[in-house]
Amino acid sequence: MTGSEINYKPLEDDNPSRTDAMETLTLGQAPQTYLSNSDYRSAISASLSVNDSHPLAPSKQGSPIQLLQEPLEIDEDPFEDNYPDHLIVEPSYASEEVFVSCSGEASSNGSASFVHNNSTLSRSPTTLRTEILSISVARPEKAQEASGTLVTAGSSFVTYLILTRTNMPEYCNTDFSVRRRFRDIVTLADRLAESYRGYFIPSRPEKSVVESQIMQKQEFVEQRRVAIEKYLRRLAAHPVIRKSEELRLFLQSEGKFPLSPSLDMASRMLDGAAKLPQQLFGDGTMSIAPQEVSQPAKSGRDLVRMFKELKHSVTIDWGGAKPLIVEEDKEFIEKKESVKNYERHLLNASQKAEALVKAQEEMSEVMGELGLAFIKLGKFESEQAISNVQRSHASNVKAFATASVKASRFSREANIQGVKQLDRFHEYLGLIQAAHSAFSDRSNALLTVQTLMSDIALMNTRVEKLTVASSKVFGGDKSRNWKIEELKETVKTTEKARDSAQTEYNKIKEHNRAELERFAFERHRDFFAMLKGFARTQVEYAEKKADLWTKLAEESSELAVHRHRAAN
Amino acid sequence: MSVSSSSHHSDHSYILNSPGAMASRQRSSLRGTSSLSPVAPDQQYLSISVTDPVKLGMGVQAYISYRVTTKTNMEDYRGVEKMVIRRYSDFAWLHERLSEKYKGIFIPPLPEKSAVEKFRFSAEFIEVRRRALDVFLHRIASHPQLRFSEDLRNFLQADEEIWAMERARSQEGTLFKKKPSDFMQIFKDVQSKVSDVVLGKEKPLEESNPDYEKLKHYILELEEHLGESQKQAFRVVKRHRELGQALSEFGRAVKSLGDCEGGSLGKAFSGLGGRSEFLSYKLQNQAQDLLMNFEEPLKEYMRTVQSIKVVMGDRAQAFRQQQELSEATKLKEINLEKLRLVRPDRVAEAEIELREMRVQCDEATRRFEEIVKRMQKELVRFQEDKTHDLGLAFHDFAEGQAQLANDTADAWRTLLPDLESWSQVAENNGI
Repeated sequence: MTGSEINYKPLEDDNPSRTDAMETLTLGQAPQTYLSNSDYRSAISASLSVNDSHPLAPSKQGSPIQLLQEPLEIDEDPFEDNYPDHLIVEPSYASEEVFVSCSGEASSNGSASFVHNNSTLSRSPTTLRTEILSISVARPEKAQEASGTLVTAGSSFVTYLILTRTNMPEYCNTDFSVRRRFRDIVTLADRLAESYRGYFIPSRPEKSVVESQIMQKQEFVEQRRVAIEKYLRRLAAHPVIRKSEELRLFLQSEGKFPLSPSLDMASRMLDGAAKLPQQLFGDGTMSIAPQEVSQPAKSGRDLVRMFKELKHSVTIDWGGAKPLIVEEDKEFIEKKESVKNYERHLLNASQKAEALVKAQEEMSEVMGELGLAFIKLGKFESEQAISNVQRSHASNVKAFATASVKASRFSREANIQGVKQLDRFHEYLGLIQAAHSAFSDRSNALLTVQTLMSDIALMNTRVEKLTVASSKVFGGDKSRNWKIEELKETVKTTEKARDSAQTEYNKIKEHNRAELERFAFERHRDFFAMLKGFARTQVEYAEKKADLWTKLAEESSELAVHRHRAAN
Repeated sequence: MSVSSSSHHSDHSYILNSPGAMASRQRSSLRGTSSLSPVAPDQQYLSISVTDPVKLGMGVQAYISYRVTTKTNMEDYRGVEKMVIRRYSDFAWLHERLSEKYKGIFIPPLPEKSAVEKFRFSAEFIEVRRRALDVFLHRIASHPQLRFSEDLRNFLQADEEIWAMERARSQEGTLFKKKPSDFMQIFKDVQSKVSDVVLGKEKPLEESNPDYEKLKHYILELEEHLGESQKQAFRVVKRHRELGQALSEFGRAVKSLGDCEGGSLGKAFSGLGGRSEFLSYKLQNQAQDLLMNFEEPLKEYMRTVQSIKVVMGDRAQAFRQQQELSEATKLKEINLEKLRLVRPDRVAEAEIELREMRVQCDEATRRFEEIVKRMQKELVRFQEDKTHDLGLAFHDFAEGQAQLANDTADAWRTLLPDLESWSQVAENNGI
């Protein structure tokens, strides 16, 4: 990473300017924080009643689906549907960070106590917090790239209006909007992945291979708009990421999105290639700046490091150097496996849920068409009726047809709810993807540590050898001694890097752990809510249908008496 | 075995143990005769049921035989109860005979012949066919004229060997014997064409009765509507089955997710899965009921409309015959007058021919008018039956849907308190 870039890390970093900002922040908020801590119990009981009415209960008018399908009217509140309860709620480990730094324990060593505090409070029910971050995406527009370069002559692209409403203090405004293009989303996603290793970061919408042609289609633009909105809302729902500077810049800074795509493959390779000669033709010193170890080598910035870690990982696999802490790794591997296993079941459930929803849709459709066919029959019989018998028949037919059409409508409405509810399965599949990435972050960080450790071991061995060789020379071997000194220096630097990498690894492990807990918590909360909502909706509409059909059956019950069809 | 009441809603004749019936039974058993003594019309019953389909024969020769059980106190029937074994082709024979002898009456339709499905002989196909044959005989038994048919009696009573003989005989007959009317028809066709040319006259081939025209249009349009309704009914059955399938698979998937999840959330998923599987089973049952009690009746009425069209064809044919014979008679009359003047020696012969022609013409007129009269009555009966039967079908549909909806509501309703307690457990455990 070059120095000009702003380094945005989670709170317990050594960046002094950041801590200052944090302190001002926490001081401003202190009363609230203290309050939330001491009046904990009462806050919990207050929040529980709020959580009972889950946003997914079918009472909402102007449903989200409508909102998504219609172009945004300026008078409509774009944030109307934005706000599931859990966005209000603050997972306690985020607030704990604030609390800890408030009492002045913000240091890398504070991470131990941080961990401890985190673990006790993160298990408790959530408190009511009023930090809102509501996002809407609207008004896709075509724009022309100013033909700056010789290569690309003003190609067209689509921009989206990103509207934000918030009361978070980091944002100096409450309502604002900016225009962004999809490339900015990609940049945002990449930068977040860099800065928040170990966290389950929601995955961004996919790029499209044949973008320029597809972009012409209205439908695709709309789909993308929806996807972007979903993505940003998920980011806003993440307790840590919603406070990130990257997100804030994305949502707030006017004009061009200020962050550069640092993980751009091309520039990565260029940077790496630029460094290579220096590394190769230098004195074989493999110095890695401590701050560099915070990024995985595989990001391509440092080709030499990439090759080394690759070699090292191969060595590990072939039973060379022992992995650091065996038990923890084993536990981690088991955890990964169980997540994978869960993913398989979840995928299956998601697919079957989709099939179910489709079958329900087809059922309501056919009931509607049945009703229509009989409406036509009834009308015909009624027009042609020349006797009372026929007239009575026509009215039977009409009553039946009407019931069928009504039932079809009920089914369709129930299904619209069902689609939204059962979509939870699909949503959590996405979250598991994020978990996989977070696990990769951890593995990569571990690899970095281990590579550095083996480097140090190698260098120390060399120092020993040189020392021995040098001592054999009478009067000291000047060149060898010089080399020894140099190596010792490098060892020192590398040890610093190793320590840094170790810290990073520990941080990521902690992020993994906290996220897994959050995953379990939110999973329980969300799936219970989904199940309750689903069951309630089914009951509601089934009762409506039962009433409808029972009435019809009762009205025609006298016919059953004269049953002269053969009984089976 | 099922007993179908032969009560058409207008004549309630199903008194099994009425004093009259008892008395006549006793009398016949005392006398030792096989024939039942006359019973008052309002106390007659004829109850037929088709049951116990059995697959016989092998391979391509395989067929289904049915047990046909008759309970009756009508005269000309031997004994109160009789059971015979019949197959589809026997029913078809009966249908054809009735169609020939009772022109103008809407002969109850048979289920389709279906050469293809026969080979598969699925349980569903067999049951659907059995039911349709049962309805076929029931309709005949409750028809005021058809129930007295001799062919019906033979069908219901003849023992196997006699029946085989009877069928062989009638088959033979139809192959070689042409009815007089058919010969006349061919003859008349030739003649009328000649006379057309001679007289230069346009022959009216169809009735110009406006009411009848309206009726024809009604029947044709009804056929379209019924066809559409039946198509939709078929799709409704199919969708019920598909939804049942989807629910079952969903239930399984969610249950296994629940096993993986474990804990109270796992129980909640299992609960969801279990309910889904239960409802899937209910849906499959409902699909079956819909097939039998909704789709099949609609199909029956489609077939009934077909049989009405057959009668319409018969009527048109009878009309044509009558027209042609009346033309021919007129010609003969003209001819006779000519002969009186020109060839007196031929007059006697011609007079005889004219007399015969007149008889035939009257016969044709009588036949035509009988068809018209019968059709009139049949249409009234048709409308009444349709109103009743389709009304019943709607009723059964509504009841089935109501039951299904109630089952659905109950299933999900009972899940809710469980979900509450499980989610409470989860919250207590800090997740």
